[in-house]
Amino acid sequence: MANLIYNRRRLLGLGAAGAGSMLLAGCDSFDFLGQRNHPVRDFLERANGLTYAAQRALVGDQALAREFSESEIRQGQRPNGTTDPRTNVAEYSQLVETNFAAYRLRITGLVETPKEYTLAELQNMPSRTQITRHDCVEGWSCIAKWTGVPLSRLLDEAKVKPQAKFVLYHCYDQYGGGLSAAVNYYTSSDLIDAFHPQTICSYGLNGAALPVANGAPVRVRIERALGYKQPKYVHTIELVDGFSTVGRGQGGYWEDNGYDWYGGI
Amino acid sequence: MTDQAMDSATVAEKPAKPKGPLIYRQSIFTRVTHWVWAIAMFFLLLTGLQIYNAHPTLYIGEQSGFEFDNAVLRIGAENTPEGPRGFTTIFGQKFDTTGVLGMSELRGNTNFIGFPSWATIPSVRDLATGRVVHFFFAWVFVAALAVWFVASLLNRHLWRDIILKPRDIRDLPKDIWDHITFRFHHRRSYTPLQKVAYFGVFAILFPLIILTGLTMSPAMNAGWPWLVDIFGGRQTARTIHFVVMVLLVLFFVVHVAMVVLAGPINELRSMITGYYRTSPGTEPDAKDKSNG
Repeated sequence: MANLIYNRRRLLGLGAAGAGSMLLAGCDSFDFLGQRNHPVRDFLERANGLTYAAQRALVGDQALAREFSESEIRQGQRPNGTTDPRTNVAEYSQLVETNFAAYRLRITGLVETPKEYTLAELQNMPSRTQITRHDCVEGWSCIAKWTGVPLSRLLDEAKVKPQAKFVLYHCYDQYGGGLSAAVNYYTSSDLIDAFHPQTICSYGLNGAALPVANGAPVRVRIERALGYKQPKYVHTIELVDGFSTVGRGQGGYWEDNGYDWYGGI
Repeated sequence: MTDQAMDSATVAEKPAKPKGPLIYRQSIFTRVTHWVWAIAMFFLLLTGLQIYNAHPTLYIGEQSGFEFDNAVLRIGAENTPEGPRGFTTIFGQKFDTTGVLGMSELRGNTNFIGFPSWATIPSVRDLATGRVVHFFFAWVFVAALAVWFVASLLNRHLWRDIILKPRDIRDLPKDIWDHITFRFHHRRSYTPLQKVAYFGVFAILFPLIILTGLTMSPAMNAGWPWLVDIFGGRQTARTIHFVVMVLLVLFFVVHVAMVVLAGPINELRSMITGYYRTSPGTEPDAKDKSNG
């Protein structure tokens, strides 16, 4: 008995010493979690799928993001991420110079009839205006008024094929360059978010034309997700049955860089 | 080495004192969830500080004031005549926190960041990884809470040790005095002050930190809009999430201090094997060890 307790006591001591050294060594002991495709990280990332499933189960497909009153717009929409693709994308510079005359929003991929819309055509379609809160993944929020065409209307005109499961949003702005090859921003959503009544191809912000800093000419608003799921400078909306062959296969630029695909929290 | 010698090593009991029985105090559910929480909260705290560092300012209300001021806590760095310094501003009061908050060292280099690298996982700025680890352990934390709640309801741990009863309120002043004077009572159930502490954690802090976490989710805001209403806005919820984190860290400090003061071997044993050496006069029951 005495021996048993002595050993138990030593075990406790060893455990405490182990925990202590883990703390003293600092938290770079866990820096391996930052490695993409590390098996431990892959395991932890599975929780993102659980979060997505739980939120889809708890939140009705048609549940609306809160809309605010005019008085709650207290500041301009804070620009973040790419704020001016003119600095590195010549094609986009020309579009801005010609006031987006040559701009076309394309609906392609798994649709019966691929479509193209000029900015004027989009602006002449029935629009939806909503004052919503934009939540950046960094932690800040900003309330602004967005005006645009419901994406569901464009998808209905193009007639989505039954095998389509996801919607890819392709953008003009580019990240990287220099040492690494430049990649275009893109992101994706499921069909629930694409057909959601508040998902709009916005061309207006706070009662004026959408500025370059906020994604002119068209920014897709997916109001129940974080800011990186609100793609700016969108030129093509592509219906697909999967996105494993696009980019690094995670469904978006930030998603390819370790952020969760759904972006609901 | 005898039991007697072992107990003399603890602070609370004097060697000459008679001993009470060794009782079975903590069920397997209490012990396992305790250590699961210890691990989960370690990662939740350090990844939480990583996430905070992505935008090291807290606000009151629905949105973040960029063109108006609704900030209550801001950590950052500024250039001063003496060079760059780290600052922390709380309710408009500015403190120089160079070396820890706003500006610190990372492998010999100056690092302009909210919380220092030794307090975050990963040590470098990596919001994506911080979020992956944070949400994984958030699920672990909530799952352990669900298991603990059902088990504690069934095995009466909740009723015996957590729920405050009129008698506990009556005995509270004496128990506070006993703790101040380091007179610890080792009984079957928790003392009134322990019950207050654990009731506060389980009934207030844990629900608050989970609900404020969910309130930061734009998806959950659409499904459960009442969440935003009870906390008065998404940014207020983020601030409360942070404040509850600070309170849980304070709880942890007091918790560990109490374990050390009340006899670390006995306290740790009860949270590993379930068996706990009580003060003299405690009645053993069927599940306890007969050898005392």
